[in-house]
Amino acid sequence: MIRLENVSKVFADGTEAVKDVSLEIAQGEFCVFLGPSGCGKTTSLKMINRLIPITGGKIYIDGVDTQQQNVNELRRGIGYAIQNIGLFPHLTVAQNIATVPMLKHWPRERQRARARELLDLVGMPADTFIDRYPSELSGGQQQRVGVARCLGADPPILLMDEPFGAIDPITRHKLQEEFLKIQERLQKTIAFVTHDIDEAIKMGDTVALMKDGELIQYADPATLLAEPKDRFVRDFVGADRVLKGLRLLRARDVMRAPKHIIEIDESVDRAVDVLDKHRRSWLPAVENGRHFVGWIEREDLESSESLRDALTPAVSTAAPRTPLNEALSMMLGSATGSVAVLDNDDQLVGLLSFGAIRDVLAIDDESENE
Amino acid sequence: MRRLIVPLVLAAGLIGITGWMTSLGTVGIYRIPGWNEVFTATFQHMQLVLAAEGLAILIGVPIGFIVSRRGLRWIGAPLMALTNIGQTIPTLALLALTSIILGTGFRAAVVGLLIYALLPIVRNTYAGIQSVSPAVKEAAQGMGMSRWQVTSRVELPLARPVVIAGIRTSMVVNVGTAAVAGMIGGVGLGKLITVGISVNVFELVIQGAAPAAALAIVLDAILGLAERWMTPRGLRKDTLRAAKRAAAPVRGVTSAAP
Repeated sequence: MIRLENVSKVFADGTEAVKDVSLEIAQGEFCVFLGPSGCGKTTSLKMINRLIPITGGKIYIDGVDTQQQNVNELRRGIGYAIQNIGLFPHLTVAQNIATVPMLKHWPRERQRARARELLDLVGMPADTFIDRYPSELSGGQQQRVGVARCLGADPPILLMDEPFGAIDPITRHKLQEEFLKIQERLQKTIAFVTHDIDEAIKMGDTVALMKDGELIQYADPATLLAEPKDRFVRDFVGADRVLKGLRLLRARDVMRAPKHIIEIDESVDRAVDVLDKHRRSWLPAVENGRHFVGWIEREDLESSESLRDALTPAVSTAAPRTPLNEALSMMLGSATGSVAVLDNDDQLVGLLSFGAIRDVLAIDDESENE
Repeated sequence: MRRLIVPLVLAAGLIGITGWMTSLGTVGIYRIPGWNEVFTATFQHMQLVLAAEGLAILIGVPIGFIVSRRGLRWIGAPLMALTNIGQTIPTLALLALTSIILGTGFRAAVVGLLIYALLPIVRNTYAGIQSVSPAVKEAAQGMGMSRWQVTSRVELPLARPVVIAGIRTSMVVNVGTAAVAGMIGGVGLGKLITVGISVNVFELVIQGAAPAAALAIVLDAILGLAERWMTPRGLRKDTLRAAKRAAAPVRGVTSAAP
């Protein structure tokens, strides 16, 4: 657990980089420091491992004042990764990863075993890479080694300063996903700096939005998007914050149980009856109970002899955990404007419609009018 | 080993030329010094060079390192400008100055050479330490290396190739300058050359100059190997280029100086 208490930083030239910031990052929580450049987010991060000395307030890690600890011991207990990676060019991948274990005088074999383990964790075949030098790696691979290195001695806390900032968008996206999976397993307490709102929303359990050295809003991403505290936050998260918010919701949060479905082996007349009765223009078709097979559309029925002839297979279907932004783009590409939500056995568990999504977003409209 | 072939062939050729001159015995009324004297002169020459070089390393590397420290950077930049200016002082003028102050002889020659040899070493040490990327240093510090560990495990190994390149440059310049110093000090191969010039005997001049050139080539080759050997494997390709860049302005002056 990391606790900042009225932390401030005034540099020698008088600039106030951080003003009276207080926040707490719970055990196993992924906290993103977000803000425009010069907002004090990196300074805040570097005060945690004392790379920048604080000039006011206190920082506690697990209840212990960081100022009271030996600075090198403190840092060896905190993983540190930076945008420029800073791999040691004269050392091998194994030696780089085992930097902190080496500083802690682990036996050689254990250092190497740890390097192997971490290479595996970040998705690099250890046999291929363990004895390479940083200059023999691509940018993305270097970044992976950077992440592996910050996990070197398995510190409970990680500080990451735009660790995915300097790589191409595709690799960045991949690394973000992978890192989230790693975090799911390791449950580290993470302070992560970025200026990228999308990254913040995607990665963070909480987001600390800063401006001119002040902490403006500290909240989970959904709250930040739904209830921006002031104009600055609203502008910073962007006009498309409603769309961004969709990413935080899953299909299962919004889907509705299908009210009317049709068994594929029923007659065409029966289908027409159901459609007429409920004034629908389409129906999801199932077989053997709830196994989804596709859509039956009204206009296709007139010329068809059986429902199987009239069946329109679904272009795409969602899973309960599909993020809503992806589901929405599926809906835009679907003839019926709906997306079927299927479980792992292709059983129809729900339907997503524009109406359902609009209902969820309606909350936002109200907050807008405040 | 292949990189040793060319220097060894050249050095052998130069020694051959020396042998040829020595075998002449006399030119006109002048006696050409025998093998003994040539050998003694070469040995003295080498002593002169190595003594000056050793002292220059002992003094230059720490100076270059110290002025690269954050607190002393304000000295660093002007000092580097000063070393540049220092390079432009003609060898002969500087050596004449030291001989005025210290008189002639071996010690005076060493001091004169030392001042000259110091410049590339200080310069390259400073440049080498400066060239270590701030991100690398920050990462080292952020992971809990002490100041001393950052220096010994990161800065010095990374700066080492550039430092060695400086020593190599300085050593080669030194061999040439030592010939001039020899004129004043009356020691080494410079003595043979001076005599040759004063009596206008071409063969005598060659007899002093050829072993000096051979010595320069051999020392350069040895240091070239050392440079390669002491470059951490991870940076052999790219930093060698940086090292040469750092050494380049110094080398430019080299060819013009003696």
